[in-house]
Amino acid sequence: MEFKTFVFYMLATIMVLASLRVITARNPVHAALALVLAFFNAAGIWLLLHAEFLAIALIMVYVGAVMVLFLFVVMMLDINIDRLRQGFWHYLPLGGLVGALMIFEMSVVLGGHYFSLAEMAPPAIPADHSNTRILGRLLFTDYAYPFELASIVLLVGIVAAVMLTLRKRKDTKFMHPSDQVKVRRNDRVRMVSMPAEKEGGE
Amino acid sequence: MLANFVVPDLYPAAPELFLALMICVILLVDLFLGQAQRWITALLTVTTLLGCAAITYNTMDGQSVLTFSDMFIDDLLADFLKLMLYVSVIAVLVYSRDYLKARGLDRGEYYVLLLCATLGMMVMISAAHLLSVYIGLELLSLSLYALVAIDRDSPRATEAAMKYFVLGALASGLLLYGMSMIYGATATLQIGGIAQAIVAGSANKTVLVFGLVFLVSGIAFKLGAVPFHMWIPDVYHGAPTAITLFIGSAPKIAAFAMALRLLVYGLFPLAHHWQVMLMIMAVLSIGLGNLAAIAQTNIKRMLAYSAISHMGFMLLALMSGIVGGDPSYMIPAYSAAMYYVVAYVLMSLGSFGMVLLLSRAGYEAENLEDFKGLNRRSPWFAAVMMVLMFSMAGIPFFIGFFAKFSVLLMAVNAGYIVVAVIAVMFSLVGAFYYLRVVKLMYFDAPTDAAPIVAPLDMRVLLSANGIAVALFGIFPQAIMSLCAYALVRSM
Repeated sequence: MEFKTFVFYMLATIMVLASLRVITARNPVHAALALVLAFFNAAGIWLLLHAEFLAIALIMVYVGAVMVLFLFVVMMLDINIDRLRQGFWHYLPLGGLVGALMIFEMSVVLGGHYFSLAEMAPPAIPADHSNTRILGRLLFTDYAYPFELASIVLLVGIVAAVMLTLRKRKDTKFMHPSDQVKVRRNDRVRMVSMPAEKEGGE
Repeated sequence: MLANFVVPDLYPAAPELFLALMICVILLVDLFLGQAQRWITALLTVTTLLGCAAITYNTMDGQSVLTFSDMFIDDLLADFLKLMLYVSVIAVLVYSRDYLKARGLDRGEYYVLLLCATLGMMVMISAAHLLSVYIGLELLSLSLYALVAIDRDSPRATEAAMKYFVLGALASGLLLYGMSMIYGATATLQIGGIAQAIVAGSANKTVLVFGLVFLVSGIAFKLGAVPFHMWIPDVYHGAPTAITLFIGSAPKIAAFAMALRLLVYGLFPLAHHWQVMLMIMAVLSIGLGNLAAIAQTNIKRMLAYSAISHMGFMLLALMSGIVGGDPSYMIPAYSAAMYYVVAYVLMSLGSFGMVLLLSRAGYEAENLEDFKGLNRRSPWFAAVMMVLMFSMAGIPFFIGFFAKFSVLLMAVNAGYIVVAVIAVMFSLVGAFYYLRVVKLMYFDAPTDAAPIVAPLDMRVLLSANGIAVALFGIFPQAIMSLCAYALVRSM
């Protein structure tokens, strides 16, 4: 076996096992860490395919930023994992059977020969080829239209997140300092004149 | 690579660029407005859409122009559908203003998300590349998910948004998987290129059909055809009525455009495969939609099931375009489908508009009982609702009748006589629940005596909507010939 093939199978095996761990782990923190491992192995596979930029972006964006944020969220939220997993074993046989059948049928229809290396030979890559440069050029020339649209999709994400989470809480005790400074005596104290009462009355 | 790059011609995409610019402007302007000045945002939004309409109308020259590295197509079909889109979004804005204001929902984000969804639909309508189809769809869907959840304190709306989001993500996954298979078989993402590769015979048939199944599933989800209809009743029911109005109108135009671009423009050599799939979905949608609607007491749910059956009817025309490899009926069949979508959007806008009209602060008129005795409360709007219901049921001579008639004509023409008979039978069944609304309005005593108050613009537009449904029923050729002309020039 060629060394590259060996590396591929190693990365792929670890990735599959890690992905399984993501959905079976009892502790959400463990699941998130397993997902980090899966991403890391996917990045390795991309490196094998000469997609260096994607591999580095995956590690920087997903492993570095998204998953760390995810871990924070998981730690902050108090998820009752046992309640979430109620019925998991009950549904597993049927769900597993359906999934396995689907994978089996799909692999029968699409046997490896349709997308094998003989069918789709990898393009010859010149020695001085730079993945990052090519991607950058494509994104800002041929793919400028979907690229710009993707930025609007992100804008929608921001607007939606702000709309759904930012709210004025009614029970908050927040005070504005400038209002506090500007307050006058008359705003707080009301002088009432009351008739004097007789001293020592009945 | 950079040497042979030409700067794209921006002129065909002028409406999209204008809209994208105005979205940013409105987002910024709204920042400085208080709740009392929200009408400025609303006015800006309507002006933007009118501006888009003016640009689209003035740049319409009947030519099919590709730009942005062949990812964007500007043809007469796109221009016509976009104009229809602006009309329906403006109607949505006018109908829902009071409803949103009464519930404290008319925040600036509503307008921005509405315009972003509109931009997504325009991108879908003008898509000439699988990537632009997908990204337009995501832009539309993400805005819709957020809009459904706009009423954060309503558990029903949040649940609906969650369901919509999860199922929508699944449908996007199906669509993407199908696209990847088609890319694998044809080695291109350009819709015209896909058709060329299939005709040239260089694509693998098995892989293509495999991808096609997933593609059709994704389209069916967006249209809400059985068996991918599960989200429709819950989302229509759970979302605030103003948002239901939006989901039930404009996105149908975009979904139709998506189906046309992907199936007809891209995969017409596989027509005998996808026509059978569409036929099964059409029969199931018409059957289930009409039967399930009878059992509903909530008018939003009833209209949701009616939407499912109407989309089934539209599919009837979409599947009759190519008869045994003969493309000569393509234009009449697809223009019948297009006419059906336009007619349905008009009727859907009107019916949800009526639900909004009867609602007021703290009161949702979403049950069938709320329509009881409407004739005594407001004879004019009872008449408008009657016209809408008659039209939806397909009673002559309203727009819905001619839509159904032309669709059935095309199905019979293509040899699907049994299917057409089944469709007519179920549409007779469907007439029951539409006529029940009319019966409630005219023959039952009102349970709610509150006067109907609505701003003038809403009353005028709703009346115009009802009149249009009646008028285009008497003169169906007006829209029908426009649809056919747009298709002839774009095919």
